[in-house]
Amino acid sequence: MLELRNISLIKDNKVILNDINIIFSNDKFVVITGPNGSGKSSLVKIIMGIEKPSSGKVILDGKDITNMSIDERANIGISFAFQNPVKFKGITVYDLLKLSLNKDVCKRECCDTLSEVGLCIKDYVDREVNGTLSGGELKRIEIATVMARNPKIAIFDEPEAGIDLWSFQRLTSVFNALRKQSKGITIVISHQEKILDIADEVVLLQNGIIEKIGNKEEIINSIFVDKTCCLGDNNE
Amino acid sequence: MNNIDNELLKNISDDNYVKPDVLNIRKNGEVLERKINEDINIINKKDLSGIDVFVKERTSLAVLQIPVIITMGGLKDTVYNDFNIGDNSNVIIFAGCGIHNKDSHKSVHNGIHRFNIGKGCKVKYIEKHYCEGVGDINPTTEIYLDDNCKMEMETVQIKGINYANRKTKAVIGNNSSLIINEKIMTEKEEYAKTDFIVNLKGENSSVHVVSRSVAIDNSNQEFISNVEGNNKCYGHVECDSIIKDKGNVKAIPMINAKHVEANLIHEASIGKIAGEQLIKLMTLGLNEKEAETEIINGFLK
Repeated sequence: MLELRNISLIKDNKVILNDINIIFSNDKFVVITGPNGSGKSSLVKIIMGIEKPSSGKVILDGKDITNMSIDERANIGISFAFQNPVKFKGITVYDLLKLSLNKDVCKRECCDTLSEVGLCIKDYVDREVNGTLSGGELKRIEIATVMARNPKIAIFDEPEAGIDLWSFQRLTSVFNALRKQSKGITIVISHQEKILDIADEVVLLQNGIIEKIGNKEEIINSIFVDKTCCLGDNNE
Repeated sequence: MNNIDNELLKNISDDNYVKPDVLNIRKNGEVLERKINEDINIINKKDLSGIDVFVKERTSLAVLQIPVIITMGGLKDTVYNDFNIGDNSNVIIFAGCGIHNKDSHKSVHNGIHRFNIGKGCKVKYIEKHYCEGVGDINPTTEIYLDDNCKMEMETVQIKGINYANRKTKAVIGNNSSLIINEKIMTEKEEYAKTDFIVNLKGENSSVHVVSRSVAIDNSNQEFISNVEGNNKCYGHVECDSIIKDKGNVKAIPMINAKHVEANLIHEASIGKIAGEQLIKLMTLGLNEKEAETEIINGFLK
């Protein structure tokens, strides 16, 4: 179980997150959604240790991990897929998968890992993780590096960003499979209804606070009930 | 050969060791071992220290190894090696210098390699340099590519060389291409300079230079390249460096188009390791030091 207790984040005198309290239970697929700038990425980065909260605690299975480093958190089972996958010079898909799996595996063993995201190892094994790969390929490899770790907590920051429709269809089937197989916690930041459909819970984050937690219909309905309109009260 | 010799040879040979067809090992200024065959002959030069290598026309894939090892402190070794590659031959040449001097009197190796490459040839030339002790290495390579040739040159220098001044000059004929991959890492107070001059003389000639280097501690590097397009040609020079601590890298990639159909590109980037790369590897469980090592090893692979 993962608990975020009184988490706040203030940067350049701006409140990014304001006293967030939330519990993520095991065996749950949670989608965090909300408008741009609501603090979603910051929240999940705090879980991974990439951002430090201004106040509050991160508690995993009863243990306070707030001051743990990124790699320490990785080694206790937290994994993170970046919205914009990182590119390298000289590091190949094979190298990255070996690091993710944390063992010196042969190329054939990487096959299972890559095939889960619809890629064939022989086409990618010696490819460098750089700009010669398409957005969809980089995204799928990024997801594979998380899934390879079989983590307790798998975090995906806008996995649909920058990929085409056909890759996206493949992505939703990957998440459907993950939902069925994983015993841990899966947290996905997304704006896509098809991914919200998979969720056990949807968290609506707005202006740095949790507005609502519910299922997809409840969240979408609450967004459209909001009468605030850029035209103003007089509907000009 | 003793254990030190074998260890030096291992450090400057190919990672996937391939048994050579032809061999010439030079140790402390003298020929230690030589092996030739019916297609490739090696003769000592008469007026200078060094060898002439003759590869017969149409020699199908042959592997030559011509390493230099220096185990004597204070030795200054200058050697001239000329390679004459007959038309339509396919050869792989491993060269390089390994220095081991326990007594810390500086050893110096100046190697001047000239390649006259005939029509239709494919040549791969790999040069690795290694030093345990105090050593300066000044390799000069001159390449003359005739028509329809392809040459790949790889140079590797990973720590240990006190001072290195590498000069490479190439003249490229019609429909011929030269690819140069350079990898350099300097540490402590080391200095490494690379100077490329390439004349894209022939029609449809091309050159692609990729230099990747890492400078740490108080080390210094200079990268200078001058690619001149004298015909319809293509040239691409890419210099990429990572700096750390007080490492310093200066890059001056020059391109000079003297023909309206010359297509020349140069790129240079110097900087510390991108934070996001470190973070990504840390999310895979590596600590910061391990992540840095992984990134540098991949960069210089």
